[in-house]
Amino acid sequence: MELIFELSRAGRRGVKMPTGDVPESASLDPVYTREKDAELPSLSEPEVVRHFTNLSKMNFGVDSHFYPLGSCTMKYNPKITERIAAFSSFASIHPLQPQLVNGGMLTQGALEVISDLENVLCEITGMDEFTTQPMAGAHGELTGIMLIAAHHREKGDRRKYILIPDSGHGTNPASAAIAGYEVKTIKSDDKGVMDMNEFRKEMNEDVAGVMLTCPNTLGIFNPRIKELADLAHASGALMYYDGANLNAIMGKARPGDLGFDIVHLNLHKTFATPHGGGGPGAGPVGVKKHLAEFLPTSRVVKRKDGTFTLDYDRPKSIGYISQFYGNFGVLLKAYAYILIEGKEGLIEVSENAVLNANYLMRRLKGHYDIPYGENCMHEFVISCCRQAKRGVHAVDIAKALIDKGIHPPTIYFPLNVKEAIMIEPTETESRETLDEFVRVMIELAELAEKDPVAFKEFPKTTSVGRLDEVKAARDMNISA
Amino acid sequence: MVPEELKYTKEHEWVKIDGETALIGITDHAQSELGDITFIELPVQAKQVKRGESVATVESVKAASDVYSPISGEIVEVNGLLEDAPETINLSPYENGWIFQIKISDGGEVETMMDAAAYEEYLGTL
Repeated sequence: MELIFELSRAGRRGVKMPTGDVPESASLDPVYTREKDAELPSLSEPEVVRHFTNLSKMNFGVDSHFYPLGSCTMKYNPKITERIAAFSSFASIHPLQPQLVNGGMLTQGALEVISDLENVLCEITGMDEFTTQPMAGAHGELTGIMLIAAHHREKGDRRKYILIPDSGHGTNPASAAIAGYEVKTIKSDDKGVMDMNEFRKEMNEDVAGVMLTCPNTLGIFNPRIKELADLAHASGALMYYDGANLNAIMGKARPGDLGFDIVHLNLHKTFATPHGGGGPGAGPVGVKKHLAEFLPTSRVVKRKDGTFTLDYDRPKSIGYISQFYGNFGVLLKAYAYILIEGKEGLIEVSENAVLNANYLMRRLKGHYDIPYGENCMHEFVISCCRQAKRGVHAVDIAKALIDKGIHPPTIYFPLNVKEAIMIEPTETESRETLDEFVRVMIELAELAEKDPVAFKEFPKTTSVGRLDEVKAARDMNISA
Repeated sequence: MVPEELKYTKEHEWVKIDGETALIGITDHAQSELGDITFIELPVQAKQVKRGESVATVESVKAASDVYSPISGEIVEVNGLLEDAPETINLSPYENGWIFQIKISDGGEVETMMDAAAYEEYLGTL
């Protein structure tokens, strides 16, 4: 497909401007004018429309295809929440407005949305206070680890380590390291959860906190979580819950009741707001009471007269994590989603997410190796070791799925499973969609036996085939 | 497949002893598990390291992995070639793809490492 600049023809225009009948005023001071003409493409309107329509047809997303991406809950985004976020009374307010004189009165609705969202997230997770400031999951993780640091600093306690199991989320070690901690990785046991003996060995008074993804990236809920939390607390360490996989447990278990001190949630996962390029994301962080004074400024608070305002007077706060609630539209979509589902709805969401994943796991057993777990939560991991012996690797199966109209799941993660494919169907998928996925996966397993070489050519139906991932990672300069 | 003259660790590093120094890299098994290597963060020269300490990071299209020093001592040399051509580890894990050289401070540590036969047996159990 040609670039829009390659389609450009000098002098072509989409819009004809009428000849002005008002005399041109004096020219602008050159300080404000550009030195060279802007290099914009010249095209007719239909050319522009066709170009972008054709580009959009190359999209491969959850609105067009089944998207069972494990570890990242690629959930369908209900369109009604988009409509609500587009209401001009919400969309046309400015993040600085609450700070203007009397501006607060013009943003009461938005502040109430933020405050209410914080309250319902507290209810869902069993925490005491929430901040909706962090702009993404990893940003929430960093905020959480900074809260852990603030807690220990307050006590004059210098601790060095954060413990993270190898089945945790990939961003956890990075967040802990950015916050200045050293990371100790705890291996999984043969059941796929953190090895209790290893954990005991590493737990001491130098450990600042434990980061757990629960259920973990193998889709397994750690049955000894309370015991782990008690051990950590006995040593003075805090428990951090990575909420990326909350979709599995809503209304069934609350991190706050399990002994966690800090939680981050990914609204763009569990609460159905757009992911990735459709974002921005949102990574709200919840804490137990004893950490609330450290939460980032500003805080949305309710005055005695029932109005809302932003409170900056928090002397022990870790400070700004982001300056404004600039991703307010995302918060609004998540809030709308929670209200639409309601308590019963959210419980059903988790039940169906877990049911769908278990259905797929059962049906794929026998065709692929499934190294961990009799049952799973919202996702599970298969291993393509059997297929790899025939020369067909996880990446080959993933590429073949594209040709079958299915977005490839996460591959080669978690690292403790060889040739891993991590599958998370989510609750929105019908029996027919799940059955079609199973049919395709079985067909590919059979093809791997019969004709392994065929896989090297997949995908054939896309505008570009196999990309050179190695070159992409080694030569990151794309303009050269 | 596994060179006879080297010593090995469970973390898939190899060690080539040469008098008071040792050359260290990752094994053919390790590079094949990682896949195409795209980047390496080399150890810091002249740094004193303890056995088991993470000294380098190898990044591939699949994952980033730590390289641990199997021996305590001082890092005397790093393989600068890998900065521009990290794929050398894939192409020649036991020769041109060596990662660093260390001055051995405790010869006893070498004794506890696996020899080629033991490492091959270990690979069989994975």
